[in-house]
This record gives sequence, C-alpha cells and structure tokens, in this order.
Amino acid sequence: MNTMMKKRFRLSEFLAEKLITATAFISFAFIVLIFIFVFRETLPIFSVPEAAITQEELGEQETYGDITLTDAEKASEKNEKSKAVNDEGASIKNLAGERWQPVSSKPKYGLSPLIIGSLKISLIAILFAGPIAIFAALFTAAFAPKWAKEILKPAIEILAGFPSVVIGFFALVVLATVVQDLLGLEYRLNAFVGGLALSLAVIPIIYTISEDAISAIPKSLTEASLALGATKWQTALKVILPAATPGIFAAILLGVGRAFGETMIVLMATGNAALLSANLFEPVRTMSATIGAEMAEVVFGETHYNVLFFIGSILFLFTFTLNAIAEIFVRQRLMKKFRGD
Amino acid sequence: MKKCIALFFLVTFSSSLFAGEVITVKGSDTMVILAQRWAEMYMKKNPNVTIQVTGGGSGTGISALINGTTDICNASRPMKPAEKQKLKLRFSTLGVEIKTAKDGIGIYVNEKNPVKELTVQQIRDIYTGKITNWKQVGGADSRIILYSRENNSGTYVYFKENVLDDEDYSPSCQNMPGTAALVNAISKDPNGIGYGGSAYAKGIREVPVKTDENAPAYFPNAENVKSGQYPITRFLFMYVKSKPTGAMKEYIDWILSEEGQNVVVKVGYFPLR
Repeated sequence: MNTMMKKRFRLSEFLAEKLITATAFISFAFIVLIFIFVFRETLPIFSVPEAAITQEELGEQETYGDITLTDAEKASEKNEKSKAVNDEGASIKNLAGERWQPVSSKPKYGLSPLIIGSLKISLIAILFAGPIAIFAALFTAAFAPKWAKEILKPAIEILAGFPSVVIGFFALVVLATVVQDLLGLEYRLNAFVGGLALSLAVIPIIYTISEDAISAIPKSLTEASLALGATKWQTALKVILPAATPGIFAAILLGVGRAFGETMIVLMATGNAALLSANLFEPVRTMSATIGAEMAEVVFGETHYNVLFFIGSILFLFTFTLNAIAEIFVRQRLMKKFRGD
Repeated sequence: MKKCIALFFLVTFSSSLFAGEVITVKGSDTMVILAQRWAEMYMKKNPNVTIQVTGGGSGTGISALINGTTDICNASRPMKPAEKQKLKLRFSTLGVEIKTAKDGIGIYVNEKNPVKELTVQQIRDIYTGKITNWKQVGGADSRIILYSRENNSGTYVYFKENVLDDEDYSPSCQNMPGTAALVNAISKDPNGIGYGGSAYAKGIREVPVKTDENAPAYFPNAENVKSGQYPITRFLFMYVKSKPTGAMKEYIDWILSEEGQNVVVKVGYFPLR
C-alpha cells in the first residue's frame, strides 16, 4: 500500500519540481544575459567613431519666453555654442592613457588611474579587514564561550547587512576628520580613509566564511592535539588555523571581490580624484565609483557611455575570476589536500 | 481583503481619470527644489493639473526628454549638440529652450581662510593646477585642496566651459557627489576651495569674485547676479520637445510670470528680470 502511494504520479509534486528547476535556470539565464548586455555595450569603443556634429550643422534651437539678454550674456552664449567636442573615440592608446577626463573638449579615457585606485583601496581594506576578521573568527570558533559566540557571530554578520551609504557617510563626516587629525594628512579624503571604511564592509564577509571554515574542521584534530599536551593557543595557531587555510584564503579572495566592487563607500570617502600615484594618503578614484558617479549623466550611446561599460566588464571579469578561483580551486581542491580525504 | 483591493483600484483609477492633465518634469538636481515649489504652488491654484517632479541630473532629464519619458526637462546647462541630434532623430525637432531663472555660482572657502577676493583668472589657474599655494593669491602658506562636483553635474560642465575656459580640471581635483558633500568637505578643510549654487551651510564663506585685476569684486547676491556684474552667472533652463501648448503652455507662462519668478527668489535663485 505504502509503496503504491509513493509511485503514484502527483501533479503538484511534478509541477513544484519543474518550477524549482525553472527558477534555477532563469537565474542562470539572467546572469548570462547581463554578461552579454554589458559586453555588447562596450563593443562600439573598438570601432571607428562617427564624426562629431557641430552646432552649425544642426541649426538654431527655438526658444520660448521673451527675455532680453545683456551683451555679456550674449557673448558668453555664443562662446558656449562655438565649442565643438573633438571626441576621437576611445582608441586603445586613449584607454591606456594616464588621465581620466571624460567630460572635456578632448575627452581622455585613461583607465590606469582608476585601476590603480581600485587596487589601492582594496589592498588597504584587506590589510585591515583580513587580520581582524580572521582572528575574530578564530576566537569565536576556538576560544569563545558559548554565550559569547552566540552574541558575536550574529553581531558581526549583521554588519554585512549594514547599508554602505551609512558607512560612507560616517567615513565622510567622522572618520576622515579623525584620521586627518591623527596622522596630520594634507588631504582629508584619501585612499586610506576609504580603505578603512571599506574594511568595515569587508570584515563580515571574511569573518563569516573563515568562521565556517574553522568550525568545519573535524573535532578529532583538535582533540588529538589537546590530548598530546598542546595548549589551547598551540592548537589554535598550529593545528586549526593551518587546517582551515584554504577556507580562509577563499574568504580573503571573496573579500577582495567585495572591496573591488563596492561603490557607495568609496564614492563618498575617497575624494574621487583620478590621480596616478602610489601614495596611499592621496585621493583616489576607483572604477566602481566612476561608474556610479557618471553613468546617470552620460548621453546614451556616446563613447563615454561605452567606456563606462568597458570599465564595468573589467570589474565583472575581475570579480568573476576571483570568485571562480575561490570556489573551484581553493574550496574544493585544497580543502581535500589539507584534510587528507 | 478583496474589498480593500477593489477600493484601491477604484481610488487609483478614479483619481487618474479625474486628475485632468498630468505634466512630468525631470532633470537637474540643482533645480529640483525650485521645480517642486513651482509645481506645488501651481497645483494649489489649478487643482485639475498634476505636475510630477523628479531630479536625477541635467543629463538624466535630457535623456528622458529624448526617450519620451518626460514632458519637460530641467537643465542647469544648455543641451549639447549630440543630445540635440538625438532628439532630432527621434522626434524631428531640435527642442525648445526656455530660460526660467538665473543662478550665481559661488566660490566657497573655509571660514578660517583669510583670502579676500579672487579674479576669474586666478580661479581658473587654481582649478587647472597652475596655482597650488594659497600664498600666491593672498592667503596663508599652504597647499590649495581642490574640490569639485562630479562630472555628471551641470554645474561641473558650466564651470569648466565658462570659468576654466574649457581647459581640463587638475587631476588632483576631488569630485564630490553633490553640493552638500562639497560644502561639508570644505567646512572641515581649512585649505579647501569649491564652487556651487547658493550657499546654505555653516563653516564656509563665499569669496567675492572680480572679472579682472582692476574691476571691483562682487558677491553673488541677488542684485549682482541680476545685473550681471557678478562674473559667474548662468541660466537655469527648461527644455520641451516642441512649442508648448495647452496646459503645458499655461504652466510655463505662469513660471515666467511675476508669481512664478517670486518663487525663484524664495528658493534662493535669481529671477530673470
């Protein structure tokens, strides 16, 4: 009787199964479609741009309302209209340049300051967030009493859901002044402040994944170490931490990905000056902040618009690669090797 | 529950049916408060007209006009040739420009900064990176920290074309997202300089500006902007696709009337006449 029931075809079950499968494939399709869209929008920068249009070719625009202009106003208006944009398009040479001046009579789309900016910010964020998050994870997983763990873990994870605008605003108004006063810096908003603020967003990510990795280590390892006379500290540093290395490494990679893609915090706290320098205390402009700040205003289909999408694809590829490495290489292969299974 | 939903639909449908004309306005963030005041006042007087105002930036508004998603576009800068061409391709019209108000762009410094006045040439040299120390323009011996708006701002473009004479901003120029962030940064940075619409925050002050070495310096107040003596003044525009008619024409005429222009003064900008 029982086996009969199981074998009977149930429409609801069948539909539910198909629905779930469909959902999974639809989310996958969305990602692929976004992928295609972003890359398609960058393509025109590699083709020859259309000739720029001058005011004369278009003719005069109509006006409405009777306002008499003073001579000075007329002169400035004429001056404005005579300026034609000499956009040569985004050749490879232009993209490799040192200047980011997209709104200009001769637009310069040099990406190097933006790439360096993103790398600088991510580096600072990871240097702060990495050690803090890993040691916090080690503490909660290996040392903390149960009640402390029950408070700490959710508290740090809540930080992950903290709106980045709030962190950015905090950095802009409070953190920047504190850092400037402490270190006597020339620039109030700089890469260092931005990286520091960004580490607040990165800590929960590294923490959560590291904590999972450390907790996943078989109890037998810890017990064996303690039984051999090792102290709690020795066990944590020499047994647990090495065994969890692949997971922690993956956590850091994902943290870098988050830092690289974060927009709002860096937009508010870094000063957004596209400087090409190695100085960590100067303002920087990151790739993500550039898209965030400029995308709303560009003329659709213009070179500037395509270049922003190009930056988007670079970001996309970068984080995609990082996540792929974290997922495939580290989590699966190294984990096996270290654990010996 | 079902009754609630039915009621909800009834209300929304009936309100959209009896609302009469709907005019959508989109664009410049500089003008968004002004546009909202205009809309509120006008709707109070003409309850049969609904005016929806949103910001987003001058370029966003112009794009919306080109895409046909807004009736009126606010812009704090003139339309670019590329944008006019797009509009022409789409609607075979170049659009109609309406000057609605005037705005003086103030030069801000920290209130502790001793600098007395600046010429337009000095401002240009400061922003293009030729002058880097406050000493060179009569201030203290310290580096000038440049603050600017983001390049999606109409003010950024206006300032570049008219003050910098179309030269590029110095790369060390820090771009702030919005006037509020810029004012905040300068109020905390004794060596900072920035620009923007009418000042409204503590901790900063406006520097009087003169056209050249020998001219007198003016503050960007109502009198000096209206007379055009303050050197950095601009128009605030509205753009529509074709010559306004019907409800839209009435609205625009009202904005240009004395009543509409009084709103301009209340919001802190300057009337056309």
